[in-house]
Formats: sequence, structure tokens, C-alpha cells
Amino acid sequence: MREALARAEAAEGLGAFITLVPEALEKARTLDVRRAAGETLGPLAGVPVAVKDNLCTAGVLTTAGSKSLTGFVPPYSATVVERLEAAGAIVIGKTNLDEFGMGSSNENSAFGPARNPHNPDFVPGGSSGGSAAAVAAGITPLALGTDTGGSVRQPASFTGVLGFKPTYGALSRYGVIAFASSLEQVGVLARSTRDLELALSVMFGHDPHDATSLASPPDLTGAHGDLTGVRVGKVRELCGDGNSEGVLGALARTEATLKALGATVGEVSLPHAPYGTAAYYLVAPAEASSNLARFDGMVYSYRSGEDRLGQAEVMRRSRGESFGPEVRRRILTGTYALSAGYYDAYYGKALKVRRLIAGDMARAFTSYDLLLTPTAPTAAYRLSEKGDPLAVYMGDVDTVLANLAGVPAVSVPAGTAEEGLPCGMQFMAPALQDARLLRVAGALEAAAGKSFAPVAADFL
Amino acid sequence: MSEFEPVIGLEVHLALSTKSKMFCGCPAETFGSAPNTHTCPVCLGLPGSLPTINRAAFDKALMFALALGCSVPERTQFHRKNYFYPDAPKNYQISQYDHPVGEHGFIELGGRRVGVTRCHVEEDAGRSQHPLYAPYSLVDLNRAGAPLLEMVTEPDLRTPEEAREFLNKVRAIARALGVSDANPEEGKLRADVNVSVRRPGAPFGTKVEVKNLNSFRSVQRALEFEIKRQSRILADSGSVRQDTLGWDEGGQKTYLMRTKEGEADYRYFPDPDLPPVRIDAAWLERLRADTPELPDAKEARYVGLGVRADTAALLAYDTELSSFFDRTLKTSGGNAQAVANWLGGDVTGYLNANGLTLETSKLTPEHLARLVDLVERGTISGKVAKELLPDVIGGASPEALVRVRGLEQVTDASALGSVVDAVLAENPKLVDEAKANPKAVNALLGRVIKSTGGKAKPELVRELIVQKLG
Repeated sequence: MREALARAEAAEGLGAFITLVPEALEKARTLDVRRAAGETLGPLAGVPVAVKDNLCTAGVLTTAGSKSLTGFVPPYSATVVERLEAAGAIVIGKTNLDEFGMGSSNENSAFGPARNPHNPDFVPGGSSGGSAAAVAAGITPLALGTDTGGSVRQPASFTGVLGFKPTYGALSRYGVIAFASSLEQVGVLARSTRDLELALSVMFGHDPHDATSLASPPDLTGAHGDLTGVRVGKVRELCGDGNSEGVLGALARTEATLKALGATVGEVSLPHAPYGTAAYYLVAPAEASSNLARFDGMVYSYRSGEDRLGQAEVMRRSRGESFGPEVRRRILTGTYALSAGYYDAYYGKALKVRRLIAGDMARAFTSYDLLLTPTAPTAAYRLSEKGDPLAVYMGDVDTVLANLAGVPAVSVPAGTAEEGLPCGMQFMAPALQDARLLRVAGALEAAAGKSFAPVAADFL
Repeated sequence: MSEFEPVIGLEVHLALSTKSKMFCGCPAETFGSAPNTHTCPVCLGLPGSLPTINRAAFDKALMFALALGCSVPERTQFHRKNYFYPDAPKNYQISQYDHPVGEHGFIELGGRRVGVTRCHVEEDAGRSQHPLYAPYSLVDLNRAGAPLLEMVTEPDLRTPEEAREFLNKVRAIARALGVSDANPEEGKLRADVNVSVRRPGAPFGTKVEVKNLNSFRSVQRALEFEIKRQSRILADSGSVRQDTLGWDEGGQKTYLMRTKEGEADYRYFPDPDLPPVRIDAAWLERLRADTPELPDAKEARYVGLGVRADTAALLAYDTELSSFFDRTLKTSGGNAQAVANWLGGDVTGYLNANGLTLETSKLTPEHLARLVDLVERGTISGKVAKELLPDVIGGASPEALVRVRGLEQVTDASALGSVVDAVLAENPKLVDEAKANPKAVNALLGRVIKSTGGKAKPELVRELIVQKLG
């Protein structure tokens, strides 16, 4: 534990953490005492974990990467955090993220960017960039992120670790500072499939505080075993031209490995996949425009101006001054998409596309057990390289599909692409078949040997 | 101005009487509590909190919708109504939009049906206070998240009196079903009105909405005011503007709150935190089985028992009275009309005059039944019974009172005969008058009863006097 905290402090330049929790040390000592007393401890006893800063932690500053939550200390913890802690895990810090999870590079954080431990000139991806950096740098073996459109999988790909987004409803959203409720799931970043499975298994289970929580969680008993006869469908629309050479090379290598492990690899079409990003960038902002309405400076969030200006003006100023440009952009987009006269043309249409994509997937899963795409069209890019928000949005083309359809997906390290930077491959499974993803990740991990998810050594 | 006909529709908010709030475990009843003492992360709208549906509130809303003959969909859903205001901590209200719990119902009023467009469930807002001259406002979030049922009527009402009667009926139904206390004084029933005027037979005119009506009386007054105002405008060939108005209780007049242009776009969309609720036949069956008797059915039953129509209605529309009446009938051997008369007349009169209610008084159905029975059997006179009433309401047994005070009516003709003889002998002048004019017998009758201390049975005394006058 001391070591984890020391690594985290030493890696300050990485920008992985917004807040460290020095009390973690005390908690670890208490666990040692209990262990020495012969007590049986939980399966994650003493494991240091990093938690994305949009997950509420009782008594620990929780900012969501936003100026608007400066000073917000929640009176309660997210259900997933409670469950990890109940299993013995110890939260050592709150990780950096794009403000409210809105971004794909961790550059939209009010607390400065996080950096890629494999090369600090590059982004770690986002929005769970801090969590990915913490795991890739070997600070913690596990980290929690949230994945609304790829925010766990894409940074996992950029930093060379595993990133898992479960079936919608498998993990409680209670205590997740909401960005887009119908799309987001808590996800896990790890360096081994075994750690991933352990973390998921202690967090799965119905939560009465979340009405969208599944009554019974996905069954993980099929998480182990070889890939003999497993049918993998490569998504035609996402495995071609739009990807970098390095990513295509990694895809080919993964395909070869899968075949060598006994899987069959075919090609499948998701005809509406190309519309996924557009639909996502309407549904997510629409929900965000409403979810973020509560940050108005009235009760707990950043407050600007003087009372005499009147509540309306104080609200306007507080919001205007505390939200970053990307958050403001999405609130405006979402507000527009829901407005009278535009609802059907934008939000309504996006919901239709969402249903079509879910339909495409359901059809594909009648012939294939798993769908394969790159996790992102490129490896990590340089900080400030992408100024155009649309260019950033297009990088989510592979990952948004699983969120729109509510199915589970995992990003598995697939070696390196351009500039020696890592990249990952994404597998998607039908809803509730999360175990299949662990199985393919475990098989690829075994095939890759020790270098599956190497700790980035040069982060210091 | 009588050339114009008013067209009135109502929006009624009923506070559902549940233990907890609509989407969290905080108590729903916070009337009179210190500000902001009944809140939690959910009803404060803290980041990361999520709503969960209160099934009891949903049951009550469904029961109400069913009782109004609404069609209930198989799938109902919550929507978010987005608007910024400090007493809405999330800056949206969880409400219902295109899939409410009930649609197309009605309430019978004076033999015709007033259409109920829809019933939906939603959460209440907190309370804002704007202290005079203070450079700040105060917000109390105790009420935030309390469960509400909103009922919207068709524009089927035609007079302010009718609107008020309709609200009385809504209150009676809500109370009979136990879904809401529905008392406007505590804000458990709040009504907004939509009103326009037109020449009879003409299409509907432009309507205005009037808000802030905190009593049935205000509803009636506001309607009367608006009907006059709008009629005057139309009579002068002007046109009414589609505004939202408030009611100024002190000035007894409406004032402009906002114009149509100022209306917010609420950007309704399905709440992604709350999956649609499926309502199956078994659920509805259970609710129907649990639905108590409605006022109209009660009224009909009372009339069937021989109670006069006006008394039957009086009892049926008051949950406490009708419940007390039913319990009294169970233990009474006497006739329903007599019990109804006592309950609706003297008992209610005494309670009101003394600031009591059936609940706060010590009157029991058994005691009332015994009192009525004593009169019906002729054991005591109605007059004596009335004298006993305050003690009976105070908890005394009427039979014990009669026994202890020796109040049984004298019905023995021979015993009374001697009293009659004495009175006749003492009042020769009255005897002469009575012989000339049969109506003057009453004066003698009164004297006889008085000298028995009120215990003589009047019919018997009259008979004896007439007999003795020959």
C-alpha cells in the first residue's frame, strides 16, 4: 500500500490522480491486524484501487473533473465503490478524467490533462484517462472507470491494458455522477483477466438504489476455457479503411492468434454502424443537458456572482464560469436536440438509429459468438494534436455501438501500433454474455505470455 | 354580460398519502416540520443519486385512475420536465408525459359526466419563500420529491359553482379511496383553472390559466372574476390574451404571471433512470379488489336503506361521517333515516359548534346507536335525547345516563291521569279555551309534560287530555 501511494506520488507528472487518499495506509494497517488475528478477509483484501473521480466516495473530494464540483465531498459512496471496499480493496486515489466524462483524450479536465505512461507527450485516452494511466503505470492493479461511449475501452487501448464495459445494468450506477444515463456503465481497467474477473464478480449484483440495475447479474461461470469453436465475427464496416496501418496490423495479428487458438473468424456486417457516432452524439448530449442541469450553484456546486443579481443570473453565471467548452458544447447540442420542434428530427431519429443498431447486433449474434473491431481507429495521439471536436468524436466510432445496444464489450491489448504505442482490439458479446469476453481476453492473455499488458516503465 | 357562457377546465394536484416520497425513502408528510429536515441525496438531487419508484404511490395513483373510469395502459413511463428553479433541486421534475397512468375517465356531477383527460404521477417541488425586503430567498426542500397525482379535466364545467362542487367531489373520492387527505389548507389539494368565455354555441374562446388558488373558495372567486373580466373584454369587441395568471387573495383579483411567449419549453424526454412500468391484469385486479366503496355507490346504498336523498349525499361525501354512519348502523336496530338525521344534524352541529370532529370526540357508534334506539323505542323523548347528546359525545353511555337520572318516559296512563287531572283543575281558563279551540290543547299539554320533568310521552298526554275534556 505504501508502495502504491509512493508510486502515485512519484508519478505526479502523469496527472493520473486528482486526489490521493493517504488514509489508505491506515486502512491497510487495520487489514493487516485483522489478518494477523486470523480473520478471513475479502477476495480483494489490501488491493489498492484507483477510482475515477466521477464516482462518489464518502468523505473524499469528488470533482468529476469539473470546476463546478470544486469542494464537493459526497456524504455517500457509489455502490460499486462500497462493494469493492467490502471485498477488502482500498481506494488510494481519485483519478483524472475529461470533465463529466465528456472527452476521449483526458484533455478536457479542469485539473489539467493526464498523460500516457508509455510516452508522456501522448494522451492516455479518455474519458477514464487517469484510471488507465494509473493501471498502465503499475500504480494500482485495478481501476474503476465509467464507459458511456468507450471511456473505459479506448483509454485501455491507448495505454495497453484491459478495459471492460459490462452489460447495461450489470453494475450499479448509484453514485456515478451521471453523464448519459441510458448509455453509461461503470467499467474496470486491469492488467490481467483474472483481476478483471475478480473485480467484476464482487461488484455484480442487483442494487435496489438503481432502477436500471439488472435483477440478476451476468453469469460468469463460462469465463474460462479455450476458444475452440468460438465464432468471431469481424465487423466489416469498422475493420477497413478508417483505421491506421498500425491498428490494421494489430487486427491481423489478433485474427491470426484467434485462429491459432481454435476460433473461427468470419466477416459480418452491421449496416447501421456508420450512423452510430451521430446517434451517440445526440442521445448522450440530450441526456447530459438534463443530467447536468443540477449544477446551478444553488446547493453544493460552484457559485458565482452575488445574491442580489437574482437566482436566474446567479445560475447562469455559475454554469457559464464552471463548465469547460466541451461540456458547454454538449449541453447546448443536447438542449437543442430535445427542443420543441426539433425533438423528432434529432433525438427521436437518434433513438431510431439506436434501435436499428441493436437490431443489427442481434442479427449478427445469431451467427457469431463475439464481434471483433479495433477499439479505436488509431493508437494514442499527441496532446493538443486534435483541436477539432468532430475529429475526436469520430475516434469513438468503434466503441459507441456497445453503449447504444447495451451489450458488454472489452478492449484487449493487441501489441503496438504507430510510434511503439499500444493499441487494443474490441470484442462485443450479446447482453448478459459478459463471461464470453473474459474468456477471449483470458485466452489472448495466455497466448501473449508475460508481455500481455506490460507496465509502462518510463513514466517517471 | 350574461350573453357569454364560461368554459372551465381544472388541473388538480393531489398529494398522495404515502409513508415515503415518490422516489426515495424520506417521509412524504412533512407539513409543519423544520425546513430541510426530511431530505436525502435523492430528493436533494445530489450528484450520483438515482430515483427508485415508490410502489405504494403508484398503487394509489392507479386506484384513483381506475375509480375515475380511466383506461390504464399496459406500459407507463416517467418523463423529465426540464426547467430551472431553485425549489427543483435537479432542475427537472420527474413527471409523466405521453404514457400517464390513466386517460379518458370521468366524474359524475349533477347527473352528467365531466371528462377527465388524464391522471399522472409526479414529484412535488420544494417550497420557495421570498421574505419581504430581504436580499435573499429561502428554499425548503422537505416537500421536494413528495408524491403527487395530477388530474386534468376536459373543458366540461360551465359555472364557478360547478367547479367548486367538482372539487368537493374530487376530494370526497380521494378521501374515500384513501389516496390523499385532499385538504387544500395543508396544500394536499391544489387546483389551477383554465377558463374562457364564449357566446353559447360558438367555438371555445381563448383561455387563460389561473394559478395559486389555495382554497375551493378562491377557485370560485377567481373564476367569477375572470368570467366577468373576459366577458367585458369580449363585449367591447376586444380579444382575450392566452396568459398565465395568478390569484391575488388579498385584492380578490387575478394578475399577470407570464404571457404565452414567456412559456418554457420543458424538453420532455423519457427519464433514462426509470425503466417503463408494466401494469398487468393481476395488478389491476388486486387494486380493484382493494378499492373501497366510492361516494356515489354509498349514496345509492343509503337511499336504498331509506335515507332521504339529501341526507344520503351529505353522509356519502364525507369519509368520516359515512364511516361512522356505517359502523353505527351495524350496531343499531333502528331505522337508517333516524341515525342519519342524528348524525347529519345534531351530532355534526354540536361537534362544529365545539370545534370537535368525530375523530377527536369520544362519541362511539355504539353509543349513538343506543341513543337513537332509546328514542325509537319511546324510552326517552327526542327532547331528552338532545339534552343527553353533549354527555354522550363526551363519552357517556346513553343507557347509563337514562338510568342514573331516571329519565325514562312515563307511559303509565293511570300515573299520568292524576297529573292531567291536577293540571286541568289548576287551569280552568285554559280548559275553557281548549274546549272552544282544539289547538289550545297544546298549552295544557306543555304544562303536563313540564310537571313530569319532561318524561311524559306527549302522544299519550294529548290522548288523556282530549279524553278528559270530553
